[in-house]
Amino acid sequence: MSVNYIPSTFAVLRDTDRCIKCRACERQCSNEVHYYDADFDKMFVHEEQCVDCQRCVTICPTKALAIIENPNSFRKASNYSQQLILENYRQASTGAVLLSSMGNPQDFPVYWDKMLINASQVTNPSIDPLREPMETKVFLGKKHTHINRNPDGTIDMTEQSPQLEIKYPIMFSAMSYGSISYNAHESLARAATELGTFYNTGEGGLHQDFYQYKTNTIVQVASGRFGVSKDYLDAGAAIEIKMGQGAKPGIGGHLPGKKVSDDVSKTRMIPKGTDAISPAPHHDIYSIEDLRQLIFSLKEATDYKKPVIVKIAAVHNVAAIASGIARSGADILVIDGFRGGTGAAPTRIRDNVGIPIELALASVDQRLRDEQIRNEISIVAAGSIRSSSDAVKAFALGADAVYIATPALLAIGCHLCRSCHGAKCNWGIATQRPDLVKRLNPDVAYKRLVNLVHAWDHEIKEMMGGMGINSLEALKGNRLMLRGIGLTDKELQILGIMHAGE
Amino acid sequence: MITIDAKNKYYKELNREIKDAPDNAVTVENVCGQRYIGTNSPGKDITVIGTPGNGLGAYLNSVNLVIHGNAQDATGDTMDSGEIIIHGCVGDACGYGMRDGKIYVKDDAGYRAGIHMKEYNEKIPNIIIGGKTGSFLGEYQAGGRIIVLGVGYEDKCPVGGFCGTGMHGGEIFIRTEKLPVNLPVQVEITTATPEDMDSIKAVVNEFCEKFDLKAADILSSHFYKLTPNSSNPYTELYVNQ
Repeated sequence: MSVNYIPSTFAVLRDTDRCIKCRACERQCSNEVHYYDADFDKMFVHEEQCVDCQRCVTICPTKALAIIENPNSFRKASNYSQQLILENYRQASTGAVLLSSMGNPQDFPVYWDKMLINASQVTNPSIDPLREPMETKVFLGKKHTHINRNPDGTIDMTEQSPQLEIKYPIMFSAMSYGSISYNAHESLARAATELGTFYNTGEGGLHQDFYQYKTNTIVQVASGRFGVSKDYLDAGAAIEIKMGQGAKPGIGGHLPGKKVSDDVSKTRMIPKGTDAISPAPHHDIYSIEDLRQLIFSLKEATDYKKPVIVKIAAVHNVAAIASGIARSGADILVIDGFRGGTGAAPTRIRDNVGIPIELALASVDQRLRDEQIRNEISIVAAGSIRSSSDAVKAFALGADAVYIATPALLAIGCHLCRSCHGAKCNWGIATQRPDLVKRLNPDVAYKRLVNLVHAWDHEIKEMMGGMGINSLEALKGNRLMLRGIGLTDKELQILGIMHAGE
Repeated sequence: MITIDAKNKYYKELNREIKDAPDNAVTVENVCGQRYIGTNSPGKDITVIGTPGNGLGAYLNSVNLVIHGNAQDATGDTMDSGEIIIHGCVGDACGYGMRDGKIYVKDDAGYRAGIHMKEYNEKIPNIIIGGKTGSFLGEYQAGGRIIVLGVGYEDKCPVGGFCGTGMHGGEIFIRTEKLPVNLPVQVEITTATPEDMDSIKAVVNEFCEKFDLKAADILSSHFYKLTPNSSNPYTELYVNQ
């Protein structure tokens, strides 16, 4: 045993009475955990390779398997968890930066869980969404304070800014082709189209096959400019400039060459097998003025017909940054909280950089209202919107709409094993391996996405109805509908809400 | 040939006029800082007289631009095809993320020329700078070709520091006998071989023709060639958590 022995994180329990040695687990596991030894006529495991993705457990025909945490543990200590010890071992043997994926799993406060939603009693009757009209359609974009009318009395639309019309206040956030599979992209695109909402290409370009879904596509432009061409910009219903990502604020993206397959290479417009590097900064943006220049170059390239979105990570001075962006000519601002997901991020950054979306959203909305520029820009909250109630709370804190990604992946089979960076996703989502990708059936997966959004939308309407509110517009920024529970005065002040009981 | 007077025209109005011009050949006079010229005017041959503003030819798509004057920052940003010929200098971040076409600059370029340049199959972009460039030339270069001729700067290296930082594809040719300073570890530097020189002959000849230089003199000089030493420069950087 070497000094940096790495015990397996999980233990594979096999009920040998149930196991029929069909070896399905062996065939299904891309991590090569299970194997059959003919001499012993027995299944064995390489437990140390298990990521607890639950694939084998799910497909086992006799339900013979269970994955549990390895009961073996180092001596317990609050200041040095086993995880932390192992990470130091790993770095000592490799000299490398720790890489992980999906949202920050550390024990930071989740403010969604510390806010409670109001309901009407007696004086302001609640509304039954099953019987009465309830508006959750949203128009994202700059809202002008004045309108001019044509001589015939109609509104002069030429002076209005382009709007993104979404039938549900929920969109699928950016996940690039490369970080997720072709089938995952197809599922998102088809679901967005059926729902009348939008999915986002991420920064990896748009696969030729998906141009057919362009009416419901947001195209992203990031520092690496992968796949950005005239056709690509024209294909988007809106163009999103990625300045930052909640999971890794202040750093860029890096798709390793091994994930740049033939098809990914075509879509990103780079040679197969080369690294796709998106550095942290846009090297042409050093100021709000420079951002404005990029925004208007995109508007100029697309005849001023499409809203331009700017996506930033929630960081300490997010309100001041948002104020600048609202004045930069952007139509929509996306704020991505520090619990947002990722296909790969340095662990230390994912777990320690940025701030929660709840606080960032509340402070941005308040700042823009104080400066009387809230109408200049729509706000989309992203980065750990986990349920319809999180979404309702986000609207009450000032969001016009929300972006979801982790729940969308859950809908198509993700089991949140947080191993996307390994590119061996057994569920066919975060991988480019053809044998794994084909496990995800887009015909089934897109319907599950549609179901998820329908279910959330119905719940949102129920909660709105309970508050006696029949349009999202009346909920937006309506902080009287929220109360804090177990929060400090400072936290309540930043969230702009009262404590429960007040 | 259509002539447009840009005097006191806002860029939006000017660019609309260029786009809607009934002839593909357009000369724009008295240009003074108007942005994004050529960006959304497919099929046009535009001659600019004066000083165009930032974002000249951004996302350029099948447009030829000839500039009689100096161009500013972000020229040819994410350019897709066509050419930009500048009879003067160009500002910072020229040819950012450019994926095809050519930018020829008679004199000098600012910082970060040709960064993120990419190539894919037959689409190979070219930037040629006649004079010198600022630092971070070809930063994160992933493909394509950058050539710096250093005309008039024969006594020193015509590129600034940190040339090719993060480079993982493409080539940079520098006509000089002096080594660039602060070369990053990702970059390999060699003296251009006769075969290398053959590969740039056609574009250098074209450049010299446009700007009235003697191609034979230039091509017979010493060139350094910079290439990345790996297309995957950061593979050893990460370990799974």
